[in-house]
Amino acid sequence: MLEQKIIIFVSFGYMGLLFAIAFWGDKRAEAGKSIISNPYIYALSLAVYCTAWTFYGSVGAASTSGATGFLNIYLGPTLMMILGWPILRKIICISKINRITSIADFIASRYGKSATIAGAVTIIAVLGIVPYMSVQIKAISTSFQLISQYPNVYMVQTATTLSGTKDTAFFVAILLALFAVVFGTRHLEATERHEGLVAAIAFESIVKLVAILSVGVFITYGLYSGFGDLFAQAGRVPHIRQLFVMEVNAATFTGWYNALFLAMMAIFLLPRQFQVIVVENVDENHLKKAVWLFPMYLLAINIFVIPIAFGGMMYFFEQCSSDPVCKQTLPQAFDGILEFANGRVDADYFALTLLMAKQQQGLALFAFLGGMSAATGMVIVETIALSTMVCNDLVMPVLFRLPFLKLEQQSDLSRLLLIIRRISILVIVLLGYLYFHYVVEYYSLVSIGMISFAAVAQFSPAVIGGIFWKGATRRGALFGLLAGFFTWMYTLVLPSLAQAGFLSRDLLTYGPLGVELLNPSHLFGLDVHRLGLNQYTHAVFWSMAVNIGLFIGVSLFSRQNAMERRQATLFVDVFTSSVKSEKSSFWRATASVVDLRTLLERFLGKTRTADALALYAREHHINWEKEFIADAGLVSHVEKLLAGAIGSASALVMVRSVVEEEPLGMDEIMHILDETQQMIIYSRELEKATKDLEAANVRLKELDRLKNEFISTVTHELRTPLTSIRSLAEIVHTTPGLDTQKQHVFVGIIIKESERLTRLINNVLDFQKIESGQIQWQMTRLDFKEVIEDALFSTGQLIKEKLIDLTFDISTLPGIVSGDKDRLIQVMVNLISNAVKFCHAENGRITVGMQVKTKKTGGNGNEKGGVTVFVKDNGIGIDKGDQEIIFREFRQVISGSKGRPLGTGIGLTISKHIIDAHKGRIWVDSELDKGATFFFELPLLE
Amino acid sequence: MKKKILIVDDEPNIIVPLEFLMTQNHYDVQTADTGEKALDLISRWKPDLILLDIMLPGMDGYEVCQKIRQEKEFSQTRIIFLSAMARSIDIAKGMGLAADDYITKPFANDYVVSKIKELLGDTD
Repeated sequence: MLEQKIIIFVSFGYMGLLFAIAFWGDKRAEAGKSIISNPYIYALSLAVYCTAWTFYGSVGAASTSGATGFLNIYLGPTLMMILGWPILRKIICISKINRITSIADFIASRYGKSATIAGAVTIIAVLGIVPYMSVQIKAISTSFQLISQYPNVYMVQTATTLSGTKDTAFFVAILLALFAVVFGTRHLEATERHEGLVAAIAFESIVKLVAILSVGVFITYGLYSGFGDLFAQAGRVPHIRQLFVMEVNAATFTGWYNALFLAMMAIFLLPRQFQVIVVENVDENHLKKAVWLFPMYLLAINIFVIPIAFGGMMYFFEQCSSDPVCKQTLPQAFDGILEFANGRVDADYFALTLLMAKQQQGLALFAFLGGMSAATGMVIVETIALSTMVCNDLVMPVLFRLPFLKLEQQSDLSRLLLIIRRISILVIVLLGYLYFHYVVEYYSLVSIGMISFAAVAQFSPAVIGGIFWKGATRRGALFGLLAGFFTWMYTLVLPSLAQAGFLSRDLLTYGPLGVELLNPSHLFGLDVHRLGLNQYTHAVFWSMAVNIGLFIGVSLFSRQNAMERRQATLFVDVFTSSVKSEKSSFWRATASVVDLRTLLERFLGKTRTADALALYAREHHINWEKEFIADAGLVSHVEKLLAGAIGSASALVMVRSVVEEEPLGMDEIMHILDETQQMIIYSRELEKATKDLEAANVRLKELDRLKNEFISTVTHELRTPLTSIRSLAEIVHTTPGLDTQKQHVFVGIIIKESERLTRLINNVLDFQKIESGQIQWQMTRLDFKEVIEDALFSTGQLIKEKLIDLTFDISTLPGIVSGDKDRLIQVMVNLISNAVKFCHAENGRITVGMQVKTKKTGGNGNEKGGVTVFVKDNGIGIDKGDQEIIFREFRQVISGSKGRPLGTGIGLTISKHIIDAHKGRIWVDSELDKGATFFFELPLLE
Repeated sequence: MKKKILIVDDEPNIIVPLEFLMTQNHYDVQTADTGEKALDLISRWKPDLILLDIMLPGMDGYEVCQKIRQEKEFSQTRIIFLSAMARSIDIAKGMGLAADDYITKPFANDYVVSKIKELLGDTD
């Protein structure tokens, strides 16, 4: 009997040791004597890849499908290290130059420091990793329960033990989260690296390797006399013998390559792998050694997987044959679970149960420790990586947008950052627990892990495409990522939830709402059985297909903005680019040193800020006492320092808030842009943009002048009626004994001029409304004759008074148009009153006409029909040169030019706007002293 | 003999009060609504003072003023611009053409009458 107290004591003791190592590692790093700065520690830290999945799950997979079942998961990383190292080296190099803090930061930074992309990657990563996290929780709690009931190896599947497992798992989850908090978020780093943590992880990798080797050696050489003996004996068991050969059919073949592909991607795209390979990398040259050291480690940790699996199978199958229940339930193909009369044995835990059955107390405890080591290492690094992403790319951007929090004014945000990271760790682990609690018990360790691998594989087009193809755009990446992610959810997560009973299982049989085409297990009627696709292959096929398809497709059809283009060049040409990293986001930016210092202090704290600035000053020979304005170099440096703490997207926003960017002179732009061939293309665009700007400037100045002219015109027009009103009112007011007839005439004029004034003001307001597009057009179907009648009705008095001879030339055909009646009446009234005003003084003549041109009469069949209306007067006319001008904004033909002044110029301008809005056109035909005819034409409705 | 005043304006409703005021103050009044008619009346009727609007159809007030001043005969004729153009640049331009005064519209009747009296030496 192994007392629980002892197990717990050993576990905590081990954790304490890890913590001490981390602490020591940090101290050494602060003293400048890094212990992790060598390729061996680096390679060991990469082995955080080997989790409980490796430690326990591989044995289980080997028991059900032999070497086929697990080797690809390690062959993938090996291939990636050996063949794919140029990719890794490039990613590391890019990340170092840009101070990348996470995979989300990396992808977002590549696509123009897009906060949206950072957020999307973070969400995908968190949701994708949750199943993986649950695997670790399951492994630790199950192995803890097993070792607690030493030497009994049978797990009883009753309600009480199940809930017992769940309780254990809950405590395990909480403890794991607390450990992660203690390890990863003691203080906020000015840099993005955690040296102590890496040291502890490297140590953990040694422990789990030694543990599995010990178990393997014991089984191979203790229970049997070497590999030969073990395999010879195993060959006599039929269930094992069938594992000796790889059964090659469509299913195993595609499944095997699929897993290989996913593993190749996972080795650098899993947030924790990105953290240890890229972010925590001290020296790029370490990769050269790790390229073969890490595969060696993988080989070593896998050497004994098959012996352990076979040893376990031989022992427990023998037990099985003497157990009545087991004998009956043992299927033809072993599926990893043996049901005994007094409980079950899971092949995943053979490394533990075989030792327990053989009464190896110490070794079993060591094996338990090794498994725990593998699981905690994963959870700690993964949650630290994820919490950084959640904090920098999800929570902070949102908090900064909430005005009531007033974060802008907070002087020290480093505490807030830490708290957010801690909470995120707790939440992520808790999500893992919930997934375990509700879903995981139905699946083996390996099958759940594959779900997570498939999720992070969604990053591969954006990452690999992003570092080799400059044309990849933000939109392309975003569409690809999201589409891939949703397909992943639909084809992998949804079925797992349905399996667990959260959704109806009919979904898997008949598709959603009975739509067979959308069935998540064979989307769009893909014949999974004939193609030999399993659940994972099917999901990976569709998600990667839509991901890559949209990534490339949308990239080809969308444009990059300047920032994207710059980042694309910076990433793709990282080895050759002459774009200096120090010139990162701001070309010619300046800021006050005080502002920058305050900004840094808010996120890094006073001491770290002082240290960082002192270092910069030493390197650049700057005296802060004399330096008040920071140059672009320092601004970029500050941006990088901040990026280390809060990610590049947030850092850019923060720095931008205190920086004033000088407008670029043309010389300056040319100088900068001459640097690369690529940028010469931009310079052409810029030149064009500058020309456009100059043109716009001229136009603006012209508009400004016209506006002034307009104001003086309008005031002039307002003064005219006001003059007679005031003068006549004064006369009426101050002349005693004014005869009543005169008084009547004078007051009559006052009233008329007041009306004119009102009209004028309305016109100005109308003009303003139309000009600013605020007008609501009330379009109806109407006969234009009605408009003419109404307009004549309101101008009739005016015409009569001036004794004008009014004639008509109106077509008998109906002039049906679509229009706003009141506005069209306004046009007619404008034209008629203009005509009245400028008619020949003695014998004025006005003709109002309307012609209807139907499609037929238009001759050419394609010609549209139209209604042409004209108002003709016999006044002094308008000079040819002025005929264009009179319709233009703010224009009127004022004295000085020959011809008539046109009341307020805006009457015609309003008319033109109204006619334009009706898709018509307006023009004038006139000669000096020969009268003027105003025409407009509207499209005929039928 | 009554002194003669010519009112030049294209707005009949402004001529009405001006004509009334001048008549009330015992001046002989004629009106014109274009620059051309004004010049014609001046050479025939020879007014003592001209109230001259600037914004006129055809020839504008400035041009009318210029033409009057070119004739030796009318160099002493009083000219008052009476205009709604109230910017200082317009006033300066008017005064630069050797007008005697520039009154902006809308005006106070008393002010116009007193200016006319002052220029014609009719101060009581």
